[in-house]
Order: sequence, then structure tokens, then C-alpha cells
Amino acid sequence: MDPAMLARIQFGFIACYHFLFVPMSIGTGLIMAIEQTRAYKSKAAEDIAAATFWAKVFTLCFAVGVATGITMEFSFGTNWADYSRFVGDIFGAPLAAEALFAFFLESTFLGVVLLGKNKVSPKFYLASSWLAWGGSLLSALWIIIANSWMQTPAGYTVEQAATGSKAVMTDFFTAALNHSTLPRYFHVVVALIIMGALVAVAIGAYHMLHSKKEFGKKALRVGTIVALVAAVVMMPAGHQQAVEVAQQQPEKLAAMEAQYADGPAGMTIIGFVDEESQEVKAIEVPIPGMTSILISGDPSYEIQGLNSFDSGDVPPVGLVFQTYHLMILAYGLICLWVLLALIATVKAKKGKEPGKGLLKALLFAPIFPIIAIQTGWMCAEFGRQPWIVYHELRTVDAYSQAVDPTELIISLVLFVVVYLAIFVVFLRLFFHLAKQGPTDADRKGTSVGSIADKLAGGAKAAGEATAVAEGAAAAKEVK
Amino acid sequence: MSALAIFWFIIIFVVIFGYFVLDGFDLGVGVAYPFLAKNEKEKAILRYEIGPVWDGNEVWLLTAGGALFAAFGPAYATTFSGFYLAIMLVLFGLIFRVIGLEFYSRDLAPKQLCDGLFVVGSFLPALLLGVAVGNVLAGLPLDANGDYMGSFFALLNPFALLCGLVGLAQFVSLGCAWTAVKTLPGDLHDRAVDLRGKSQIAVVVLFVLATVCYFVQVPSTMAGDLPLAVPGVCAALVVIAFLAELAFGRKGEAGDLPNFLAAAVICLGLVALTATSLFPNIVPAVDPANSVTIASAAGSDVGLGAMTVILCIGLPLVLFYHFLVYRTFAGKVTDADLEGAEY
Repeated sequence: MDPAMLARIQFGFIACYHFLFVPMSIGTGLIMAIEQTRAYKSKAAEDIAAATFWAKVFTLCFAVGVATGITMEFSFGTNWADYSRFVGDIFGAPLAAEALFAFFLESTFLGVVLLGKNKVSPKFYLASSWLAWGGSLLSALWIIIANSWMQTPAGYTVEQAATGSKAVMTDFFTAALNHSTLPRYFHVVVALIIMGALVAVAIGAYHMLHSKKEFGKKALRVGTIVALVAAVVMMPAGHQQAVEVAQQQPEKLAAMEAQYADGPAGMTIIGFVDEESQEVKAIEVPIPGMTSILISGDPSYEIQGLNSFDSGDVPPVGLVFQTYHLMILAYGLICLWVLLALIATVKAKKGKEPGKGLLKALLFAPIFPIIAIQTGWMCAEFGRQPWIVYHELRTVDAYSQAVDPTELIISLVLFVVVYLAIFVVFLRLFFHLAKQGPTDADRKGTSVGSIADKLAGGAKAAGEATAVAEGAAAAKEVK
Repeated sequence: MSALAIFWFIIIFVVIFGYFVLDGFDLGVGVAYPFLAKNEKEKAILRYEIGPVWDGNEVWLLTAGGALFAAFGPAYATTFSGFYLAIMLVLFGLIFRVIGLEFYSRDLAPKQLCDGLFVVGSFLPALLLGVAVGNVLAGLPLDANGDYMGSFFALLNPFALLCGLVGLAQFVSLGCAWTAVKTLPGDLHDRAVDLRGKSQIAVVVLFVLATVCYFVQVPSTMAGDLPLAVPGVCAALVVIAFLAELAFGRKGEAGDLPNFLAAAVICLGLVALTATSLFPNIVPAVDPANSVTIASAAGSDVGLGAMTVILCIGLPLVLFYHFLVYRTFAGKVTDADLEGAEY
């Protein structure tokens, strides 16, 4: 099989997988920090329990994020050696900065959140929660800087080296803050916050349907407020990124709407692209030139069609089109579910019981941001093809020539098997945790306990074993 | 070869040294886990003594990877793609380890499986990182693009395997030394001290064997330009630090922390020995024209300059974070620490 394609499949798989847990941890990290703040202020046992619960949720997602994140950083060297040779001078710096500025911050304060509750002051503990979350936001920034440079490279020149051409940095800030960095960071962070908020909504709704109603109400309320704000902010966030794509990556924009000929572009709601005949069967927004309007305010604004580019330079149209529209569709459903959550929250606030059907519907809320985030990322990356560095280096010229297809197949199979196994265990632990909610032990403000929780149990078990052994010895003596 | 490039060559090895000592002890705890802990409480102590710090320690590896990528992109590309399957095993090890450690305490977690993942996940990197270093020292068959042309099994040569064992023994020694520092007098402490002594002897014996093997197996063209005396001094440092380990090992509990520090000095000696044996190569090739050198691989002055600024801001912060977390969790692990419910 084609090694470039195998390398792409592997990278796509591990990136999408990693990008399930990143939104879960960064998203729920905000909820945790908010709940820690509430607990710090009120000192009420229920609030402490809720804060501990959210710390458990955050750290569980975070653990898988860490485990699968190391793979990502090494994958550029292992699978994309020629890419690494080309971009090292520019792309390596944000990765190193991510480790220095973000990962150390996150890991240090996460350690305190996990095991340090009785070792530090309440104020320090609260600060640690926010700093752990802040670290995760910083890591998102550095990785978006790196990825955005692949989309809209800037601040460099291309020089000839012994091993072929390579990009050389001419200005750090131009490279880091290239055209797409900030628009994309804004868009992504808002999406991650929606993710966490809708997890809170679903967990809240579950507990309102079951016994921990008070906890459920609070979780629902926090989730709804955060989701509402973030879903509204998403409109300008998504819009400004679409404008940026229109200006910087016209091929991607044309593929997003499957616009083959030059001219004003409408907006599809749902459709199918036949790439052979260049036909698009679609249900469109009934306003002509909607995409043109969104980009420029003018319905007659001309968008460069795919046929005006060299046919070897355009992305896979069907994939970009479908992932883009799935993202938009999922966003529509997110808005609908945020409204449902708002109705439930308002009812609960007035002291009425929200209907069971409504609460049950809210259990599905986290599915839509997952779909939106995954397909949105895919749209961004498929839309960059056939380039790995836009207009500079092709993906087919970037993979590791030292790695033969057999090795790739071995690693790909291992990744699929190991990641699926982790996924199964994760889901089991996560659903158990979410359904259990805050426990009595959490009310006492025990450690979050990556380790310490079990230590208590383990120590007790050891103590019992000793007692049994002593008892047996005593019995022998009596005999 | 600019001064900035040489500076970054040194920095890369400083970061590798940081990783070797810090993640070294928690990887070592993982490898020694089944030998040190004989009951649930002892296992809990071992997990607790690395619990708040292992993640931060592991970030040193990510920093080393990122810094190598940024400063010497071609060296990063050559080694990571050349050692493909070995790196994959290291990665799966690190993944297993996180899952084993972080899932363990959760309700419904498969405890025995988690323990197994923790041990296997610690063992794979502890062994294979040394094998990788050994192969770099021994030189690789590289083509003009810098791509490795040999097979996976060629990486398992005697010198590289001995380097892997030196690394493994050193990781275990660090893990036991750390456990001795963090545990109260008792069975666990005694076992840690016992295994610490054995592993420290193993390090020096394997180190001597590897050195002999280096001169027998590795062609002299793979060595760098520095006079033999320079790596010689580094090797002497390893031996002196070993004697210090022996001396501190006899001082009982008062010697525990100095012993750990002496073990850290051994890491310093081994890393410095590697760096000085290679200089000015980063990855020597069988055909010297294809070697990845500081001069051929270094990033631009602008890129390295930006990295230097990032380092100057980042490194003090990192040291401050480490200071905070190690101070917060300073002292021996007590029952009060373990009694989560008493918090």
C-alpha cells in the first residue's frame, strides 16, 4: 500500500482520537474551575463534593489526553521525517514552547489538584485548579500556532539544503501569529468550552432524573449558562474564521461549498457532491449568494471556483464539503439543545420539575459538539490537502522514507487495538463516574485521588489482612 | 557551526539529563514495583511517591523532543524515523504507564491490569531509550537524505543492547534511591536499599562492559572530534559517582538523599559522555559524508535565537514549578498521606 496514504491514515486516526479527549478535558476543566471557586467561597459540603467530582471528570479525560498526546509530538519525526526536515526551524519552536510554557504548568498544578488537597492552603488549591486549566488553554494556543503555520505559512523563506529545500525562519512573531492563528484559536477554544458545558448539561440532567437532584440542578445551570454564552460567541468566532479562509485559502473555501465555477456562492444545508461530473445535489438556504453575503456582505461577491485552480492543487471536494456541512449541522443542533437546556434550567429555577422527556433529551447534548469538533478539524485538514505546508510542501513528499509499509501496518494495527481498548475502559470508568456523581467521600473533601483514594482502601485492606494474620497467630498460640 | 548551534547542542543534552534523572526515578519505580512492593499498602506508597510528579517529569522528554525538532530538525527526523518500531514501543510503553497509573484508583478499574500496564509501560522506555542512544553512538547506515537504511533487528546489536541495560539498571537504581528517600524505616525501605545497592553495582559493571564493547565493535570513525581525554573525564565522573554511591549507601538513612544525588551525577556523567563522544556529530553515519552534524542540522540563527528567548523565559518557570511541587510533597510518605479519607 502507498506509504504516504498509510502514514496519513495513522496520523488522522491518532489525531482524531487525541482530539476527543482534549476537548473533554479543556471543556470540563472550566466547569471544574468554576465549581472549585464556588466550593472555595461557600465551604458547603455539597459544593466541595461537586468540585471534587468535576476534578475527577477533568483528570480522567486529561489522563487519556496526556497518554495520546505524547504520540502526536513524536509522530512528526517517526512518520513525517521529510516534513520535519523541511519545517524543523519553524515548527519545532512552538512544540518546545508548548512543553515549557504549558505542559509543565498543567502537570505541576494537576498534581496538586489530584493529591495535594491536604498539603496546600484552600486558596493555593483553588489557584491550582485555574492554573491547570490555564495550562491546557496555553497548550492549545501553541499547537494551533504550529498547525496554523501549516495552513497559512508566514515569516520564513525557503532555502536549499543538502537534503532538499527547507523553510527558514525570518521572523518569529510573523510565523507564530500568521494569518490564521488567532482566528482559529478563538474558534477552537469556544468550541472546546461548548463541549465541556454540554457535558455538564447532560450530567446535570441525568442526576435530575435520578436521586441527586440538587447536584443535577447546579450542574445543569452552570452548563447551560456557559454553553449559552459560548454558543452565542461561536457565531462571530466561526464567521471570522470563514472570512479568514476565504481570504487566505480560497481552494478550501471553494471546496467547502463545492463551488466549481467562479461566481457568487450560495449556502448548502445538506447535499451530495459528484466529483466526476462536478454536480452538486443540495438543499440550499433560500437566500441567493448566502456564502458571498457572509464573507463580504455582498450577495454578488465572486468566489473563485475550483476549476480556476490547477486540478492537482485542489483538496478532496466531497470530504471537505461533507465535513464542513456536518459541522454546521451539528452547530445547529448544539443551539437547539442549548435552548432545551435553557428551558429546563428556567423551569428548575422556578421550582418546577422539568419534564422527563426534556431531561432525557438533554442526555444526548454532548454528542453534537463532539461531531462538530471532529468534523470541523477534519474540514480544516482535508481542506489543506494536497499540501502539508500550504503551497510549499506536498503531503506526498513529506512522509518518512526510512519507514517501510510493513512497519506502518504494524504500528497502525497496534494503535487501533490499543486505542480501542483504552476507549472501552475509559467509557466504562467515565459513565460510572458520571452516573455516580459526587459521593459521600467527596463531601468530606477527600483527595481527588488518582492514587490516594485507593490508598485509603488499600491501607484498610492491608490493615484487615494484618488483623486476620494476627488473629490466626493468636489462635495458634492458644492451641 | 555557529556558537548558537553549539549552545543548543549542549542544551539538548542538558534537557536529556533532566529527563534522565527526573523521569528516570519514576520509570525506575515502575520497573522495580513488583520487586519492592509486597502488599497493597506498599504499592500505594510507591504510586504516591511519584503520583504528583511523574507527569511533570515526563514533560522533560517532550521538551527534549521539541527542542531537538526545533534546533536540529534533521537529527530529530533521522532518529525518530530510523528507530521507528523501537520508538513505537517506547510510545506504547508511555501510554500504558499513564493508563495504569491514572486509571488505577478509579471505581471499576481493572487493578491487576493497571499494575501490569504500569510495570510493562515503565520497562519498555527504561530499556529502549538506552538502546537508542547506543545505536546513535555506534553510528547508523544513513543515505544522503539522512534516512536509516538498516533493519529493525540491526538495532539490536551487542553494544546498543548493553547501553540499554546500563540505562535500565540506572533507572532502577534511581527508582530505588528515590524510594529509600521517600519511605519510612521498614520492609519497603530495606528492600529499596537492597535493590539500590545491587542495581548500582550492575550499572558500573555493565558500563565497563559497554565501554569495552564500544572499542571492540564501533569503528573509530564514529567518534567525534574531541580528544579522548574529554569523554575520558566524563567516564571517570561515572566511576567516582559510583564510589560515592557505595560510601553513602553505608551511612544508613542519612545517606539516602546523598545516594540519590550521586546516582543523579552518574546520569550527568553518562549524558556528558554521550555528548562528548559524538561532538560535533549528532548522528554519525557509516559513510561520514552522510552524518548528521551540528553544522548540517542546525536551525537558522533567527530560529535558534527565538528558541533561546523561549528557553530563557521558560526554564526559570519550569524550575519554579518543580520547586513548588517537590516542596509541597516533600518528606517521607506517611499513613496520613495515604488515608485519603482523612484529608
